[in-house]
Amino acid sequence: MFLERPRTAEAFKERLIEISLFLCAFASVLTTIAIIFVLFSEAVFGLSGAAFFQEVSVVDFFTGTRWSPVLKPQEFGVLPLIVGTLWVTGVAAVVGLPIGVLTAVYLSEYAKPQVRNVVKPFLELLAGIPTIVYGFFGLAIVTPYVIDPIFQGLFGFKVGTFNALAGGIVVGIMIIPMVSSLTEDALRAVPRSLREAGYALGSTKFDVVVKIVLPAAFSGVVSAFLLAISRAVGETMAVAIACGSKPNLTANPLEQIQTMTAYIVQATGGEAAAGTVQYQSVYAVGLTLFLMTLVLNIISQWVMRRYREVYQ
Amino acid sequence: MTETKNSAIDVKVEKAASVREPSTHAIKIESQNLDFFYGEHQALFDISLPVPERAVTALIGPSGCGKSTFLRTLNRMNDIVEGTRLTGKVFLEGQDIYAPKVDVVTLRKHVGMVFQKSTPFPKSIYDNIAYGPRIHGMKDKNKLDEIVKTSLERAALWNEVSNRLKDSAMALSGGQQQRLCIARTLATDPEVILMDEPASALDPASTSRIEELIFELKEKYTIVIVTHNMQQAARVSDYTAFFYEGKLIERGVTEKLFTNPAEQQTQDYITGRFG
Repeated sequence: MFLERPRTAEAFKERLIEISLFLCAFASVLTTIAIIFVLFSEAVFGLSGAAFFQEVSVVDFFTGTRWSPVLKPQEFGVLPLIVGTLWVTGVAAVVGLPIGVLTAVYLSEYAKPQVRNVVKPFLELLAGIPTIVYGFFGLAIVTPYVIDPIFQGLFGFKVGTFNALAGGIVVGIMIIPMVSSLTEDALRAVPRSLREAGYALGSTKFDVVVKIVLPAAFSGVVSAFLLAISRAVGETMAVAIACGSKPNLTANPLEQIQTMTAYIVQATGGEAAAGTVQYQSVYAVGLTLFLMTLVLNIISQWVMRRYREVYQ
Repeated sequence: MTETKNSAIDVKVEKAASVREPSTHAIKIESQNLDFFYGEHQALFDISLPVPERAVTALIGPSGCGKSTFLRTLNRMNDIVEGTRLTGKVFLEGQDIYAPKVDVVTLRKHVGMVFQKSTPFPKSIYDNIAYGPRIHGMKDKNKLDEIVKTSLERAALWNEVSNRLKDSAMALSGGQQQRLCIARTLATDPEVILMDEPASALDPASTSRIEELIFELKEKYTIVIVTHNMQQAARVSDYTAFFYEGKLIERGVTEKLFTNPAEQQTQDYITGRFG
């Protein structure tokens, strides 16, 4: 009989390969579920002792305007930390998104291959610099030699050593490679035939880029934005160094602030004893941070699906 | 090839001959001693081809014979391909389009192009048609509406899309998309329309619509069409040029070229002996 099933050993080997591949793929799912479980249990359910939200009400947490986990009276209003994060993210977006997109447009549409071959490795190098170096760069260069002289010169006041602006600027620089590389992928996915059709109608290069290629790559560009912003929200070391460590509900980006991530660094750096409310607050802040980036990721996925054009 | 189809071709050719006597056309665009190179590779050899005004000129020949490359020299589309080079001249109404002072953008406004693959922009039907007029500075909403309407009418698409101009052009069928691309080209008010196998990706019904359309358009426009399909060339064109291995072998009135070609190579190709 020539239609026999393969020998059992063969079949077993095939099965084994499939199972081990599945386990590898499942590892990341498992890790994600474990992290979410720990965040929720410590913040909400309190499986090991009192949960944070059993000590502090959710309303107080999200509406309180003072974050004072150590000094009495203890208060856990997360708004100052959220605002700190938003300042950094906002400044980073203003700096990083336009430069990132324009870099991508230049590389994809204008640059000669020789120029591209020089610029690309530099961008990759920029992406490879450790974030703590960016933080130090913000503290040691951006604040004293860029921000301070400008504000001294224009308005005549001195800018403090730690400020939200410096952190935002360095995080903005940090996300440029990510924005430009994701945007460039999106631009290059626009078929050549669309560009040719544009030229055939008498478009200039700028017309083709602005009115055909960028709109056609819209979903890719927006999701590049959102992923970069979600990276900026989660950025830790650079802001912990450049922005300071003072929770501060402020409308002035030149003041010292503390972001959610920087607080977690500070609190887990040995300051808080396990089991205390202060210690539990790390999970609550971590959960908030996680939800923010989750929402950004979901929006990005939705935009991708909703606005994606499929070209044959 | 079925019996009915053959008779349909005969009717078309007859009709073409009765509408206009082909030999009376003035020359609209003309290449002289054109050589074209992709890097070191020479793709066109000494092409001198006059294209008569308000008539359809078909370029035929086997794959890789240079007919598409030649077509793309007529509106300088090859300019955007890296490493290409050209010698010789192309005259549009007596002006050399490769002269240094020529503005390519203006040239392409006069010499439009329709591609093999339909290339609707991922925008609404209206915005696709309005694209050309807009980039050439048209802002008047009423005039744009008018242009969109007449362009779609001329491309025989108006009746199908008039009530959904704001819908995405990507949702149209293949044949509709190709007529949209023709309408989009008409909207910039060109004098010459270059078509690079405009129906080769379409089903027979859509193909015959495009062919009817080409037949109507030559009342107003000079059309150069590249086609693989010799029946199509016979059906729609007044003149035919046969390309082989980068050389122009023969050019003449379509009926004559298909019934009584001067060159043996042409004879071999149209009778299906190669290519």
